[in-house]
Amino acid sequence: MERSHLLRLYAQMLLIRRFEERSAEMYALGKIGGFCHLYIGEEAVAVGAVDALRPDDYVFSAYRDHGHCLARGSDPKRVMAELFGRAGGLCKGKGGSMHLVDAERRFMGGYAIVGGHLPLAAGVGFAVKYRGGDQVVLCFFGEGAVPSGACHETLNLAALWDLPVLFLCENNRYGMGTPVERAVALYADVAQNAAAHGIDSGRVDGMDVLAVREAVGKAVEQVRSGHRPYFLEATTYRFMGHSMADPAHGHYRTKAEVDEAKKRDPLLLLRTRMLGERLATEADFKTIEQDVGKIVREAVEFAEASPAPSESALEDDVYAAGGGPS
Amino acid sequence: MTLTYREALNQALCEEMRRDDRVFLIGEDVGYYQGAFKVSKGFVEEFGPRRVVDTPITELGFTGLAIGAAMAGLRPVVEVMTFNFAILAMDQIVNNAAKIRYMSGGQIGVPMVIRGPGSAAHQLGAQHSQSLEAWFCHVPGLKVVAPATPHDAKGLLKSAVRDENPVIFIEGQLLYPVKGEIGEGDYTIPLGLAEVKRTGTDITIIAYSKMLHQALEAAEILSREGIQAEVVDPRTLRPLDLDTLAASVKKTGKAVIVEEGWPFAGLGAQIAESLYGRVFDYLDGPIVRVTGRDVPMPYARNLEGAAVPDARRVVEAVHQVLNR
Repeated sequence: MERSHLLRLYAQMLLIRRFEERSAEMYALGKIGGFCHLYIGEEAVAVGAVDALRPDDYVFSAYRDHGHCLARGSDPKRVMAELFGRAGGLCKGKGGSMHLVDAERRFMGGYAIVGGHLPLAAGVGFAVKYRGGDQVVLCFFGEGAVPSGACHETLNLAALWDLPVLFLCENNRYGMGTPVERAVALYADVAQNAAAHGIDSGRVDGMDVLAVREAVGKAVEQVRSGHRPYFLEATTYRFMGHSMADPAHGHYRTKAEVDEAKKRDPLLLLRTRMLGERLATEADFKTIEQDVGKIVREAVEFAEASPAPSESALEDDVYAAGGGPS
Repeated sequence: MTLTYREALNQALCEEMRRDDRVFLIGEDVGYYQGAFKVSKGFVEEFGPRRVVDTPITELGFTGLAIGAAMAGLRPVVEVMTFNFAILAMDQIVNNAAKIRYMSGGQIGVPMVIRGPGSAAHQLGAQHSQSLEAWFCHVPGLKVVAPATPHDAKGLLKSAVRDENPVIFIEGQLLYPVKGEIGEGDYTIPLGLAEVKRTGTDITIIAYSKMLHQALEAAEILSREGIQAEVVDPRTLRPLDLDTLAASVKKTGKAVIVEEGWPFAGLGAQIAESLYGRVFDYLDGPIVRVTGRDVPMPYARNLEGAAVPDARRVVEAVHQVLNR
């Protein structure tokens, strides 16, 4: 991979990291309300995976969706404004942290009922096949969704009908506070759940953005040319609590465990590797840090300046404008 | 032309599928079996398995899949074998189909129809004999349609397929063999438009789906007593055509609402509340509801008969309102 490409992946991961850190601050200040699930620690999965897509491919996410949306290229200003619940947000302040949507980038949304968006991703795959297209649907979900009926019904349909969906399971080890081994019978190899439906599968180190990029690149190619679904498990770890309401460690995992995981921080891994292979200098990273800092600062400024949605917009978009037959 | 309700639905769907390649039918046994109630008879032969999609028995999965297909620009028609089974897909319908347009700030729409039979048939027991329209009507983002005649079934289904919103289209399971005159050619009936099915001056009876037929039968009995009942069918339950309902009640000053569903938090309660807000000053007395009984549907023939409203109970309700 070329140096410029590597630096771009690093910059995207850093953007998510700094964006999420500022989101935490804004949450503490009461600028962001509701539930807010940060992606810190998992950046390599979204960045490596989305990098392997074409602009006309589709992306679905769950409720921990800021990272996927940013990786897809959504304007950080409009993402932050959405978290603020402002009219300038991606969804005009109607969606919030868990429901980011950017249709222009085919970012089809964040969904907050665990497992509930998997059938939607299969449906977009169905539409692609129906039209004879060659787009791929990339569907992110946590390992917590794997035991759900929605997941298994979807895997069965995707396999039965050869739908072009890449199921990307982000296994961050915990469904809120419950570890995977207490939730998923086939926890040691989560992808076996897909194998049971006859779906090809693999596993990748989700802390290594280059490994993710390579594995997803191959998987996307296989889905696109083979017209079959694929299931990829990315092993990762969230450094923060489940949501802003949840401490990073305590009742269900130890500080030592979190500290150990942070030794494999995806940003640190790529940076160390690039420095070691003399593909980048400290100055390069300093420049990226400054650029990203500016982007995040401007995102917050934009969100602050964006007006709250007008109360007259309350009932907009419940139904299609006009509502009647087209 | 006279058609059965079943044939009218078949014709509507067939015409829409011929008109628009984006329209496809998906559900259990809709293809080679020809549909559990034969609504899709001949479809797989004409349109092939690409557009007439047999599914496994997984309502959550295939309903959610259809929602995703609608998000990507197709026009799915989901057949639920009966609306009792749609309960398995309620998360998909309520949390996804109904909300995606709103949550996305209008970026993504979900134009689709979810259709199939509802309400009691003949001794199908508690799990297959439910009138769940109030569940769906409760949810902003959904439209709900419940036609009573072949003519309405055809015109409304065609409008539902062309609508930009998710439409819940509840067919009367016992109405499939009912025959009726049907309009000429490629007609549609707008959603959200009630119709006066029988004119009268003494009292308004509001009834939809199978209950319309009980109401019309009651109106016949009442007319022999010298009572001229006006019978109004909302046809679309959400959005409700309150203008037409209110106009009738203003004229008669009295109203009975008939529904097959359960009484507590039932749809009739909502219709009555909406009418009180509009025509309270015109009413001679309280609106009376005739509903299904507040029990899971029993199997025994006589008990089932006692649980579902019939013309006799509608007549009694009218007598109550008229103090006779």
